[in-house]
Amino acid sequence: MKIGVIDYGMGNLFSVEQALKRLGVEVLVTADQQQLAAADAVVLPGVGAFPDAMKRLEETKLVDFIYAQKEANKPLLGICLGMQLLFEHSVEVAPTKGLGIFTGTIERFNGVSRIPHMGWNDVALQNEPQWLQNATLPEARHVYFVHSFYATNIDEQQLVAYADYEGVRVPGIVSNGSFTGMQFHPEKSGELGVALLQSWLEGVKRTC
Amino acid sequence: MLTKRIIPCLDVKEGRVVKGIQFVELRDAGDPVELAKFYDTQGADELVFLDISASHEGRETMVDVVRQTAASLAIPFTVGGGIRTLDDMKRILRAGADKVSVNTSALERPELIKEGSDYFGAQCIVVAIDARYSEEDGTWMVYTHGGRNKTTWTAVEWAKEAVRLGAGEILLTSMNQDGEKSGFDVKLTKAVRDAVTVPVIASGGAGNAEHFREVLQDVDTDAALAASIFHYKETSVAEVKSYLRDKGVCVR
Repeated sequence: MKIGVIDYGMGNLFSVEQALKRLGVEVLVTADQQQLAAADAVVLPGVGAFPDAMKRLEETKLVDFIYAQKEANKPLLGICLGMQLLFEHSVEVAPTKGLGIFTGTIERFNGVSRIPHMGWNDVALQNEPQWLQNATLPEARHVYFVHSFYATNIDEQQLVAYADYEGVRVPGIVSNGSFTGMQFHPEKSGELGVALLQSWLEGVKRTC
Repeated sequence: MLTKRIIPCLDVKEGRVVKGIQFVELRDAGDPVELAKFYDTQGADELVFLDISASHEGRETMVDVVRQTAASLAIPFTVGGGIRTLDDMKRILRAGADKVSVNTSALERPELIKEGSDYFGAQCIVVAIDARYSEEDGTWMVYTHGGRNKTTWTAVEWAKEAVRLGAGEILLTSMNQDGEKSGFDVKLTKAVRDAVTVPVIASGGAGNAEHFREVLQDVDTDAALAASIFHYKETSVAEVKSYLRDKGVCVR
């Protein structure tokens, strides 16, 4: 199985690449659309600011690729900023339109004592997308978050798991058809992170 | 609920851990990657590597250490020591570190914090502050060069300035308490914690599990860092966490 990691110049791709490789899949880190289209699934990572990331995706025509991926019902996993880009809109730096695959907007935390939301928080499962059905997850429920903006006004049907940060409900995993988003970093989230990545990969395997 | 973090710190010199773990069945206790894995299995929430290399070659070796650690470890880690430019940050973060920590270089040129934060996001930039209480000033003053030179900054004002410039986290070391094993500096930590809105890691003075409870529960700081008590097996990350759990501190 081959996984394409979308390289659009935003952030650290090495850890994601290594985590996937440890799970025994072939990984290709590239911005080349043909190569990405030939992969069984793609990962959209990202750290940095939302407007910069959208601009890079547009300049490199990767926006079109992502929509084509959705159209073809092929799996995509957005991680951290990569998940936020899949929502409709973000207020980070300057109001910017997102890819609109998930319902909801990206807003800055408000009324919490510390920003970023940084560290290990537990996630509660709300819905089970196909790739999580029959998955054996470890008892540990903590994953590693690090972000100052979060998805809100979401569609409850698309919410898979959330964390509670001082009373704010933070979407941790979202799902819409073949597209999945994780706000936390599964590649940095110990045992549970590995198990979630593995389940997602098994879901990919079942569809290809 | 967000948990409190326990962070072991490893001093690395020319690619080797100095003050390595004693009496542990490791193939090579001087190998940073082996030790990182050991602390991961113990339940460490994050790791800090402090590069104390004196040479250019040593710094280059650190990039390899970072790459190997990122390739084999699924918890976040920070690298500090010798990071003076945006290019230094790029080299370390692209090799797979999650955050970089700056100290003296940020005091010499505060824009470094902004450059890093604008480029990578605030969550990647940790500002490490070494503070010592000064009778003369009646407050904690900031020191550079590993505590050798006193600056004109108070710890509280520098922490606020660092956050204004884009620091995503403060790593606060009490020089008075460092190595004393008599507990974290509760007053200093509280003063800085209350002055900023980013997470604060308390450092310096950990001697037992109760010291961690005090700073995490009473001061409500976000994380606590220690080196020697973990390296010399006076206690372990697992023991500290078990104690904290019993006392009602939320840990992973």
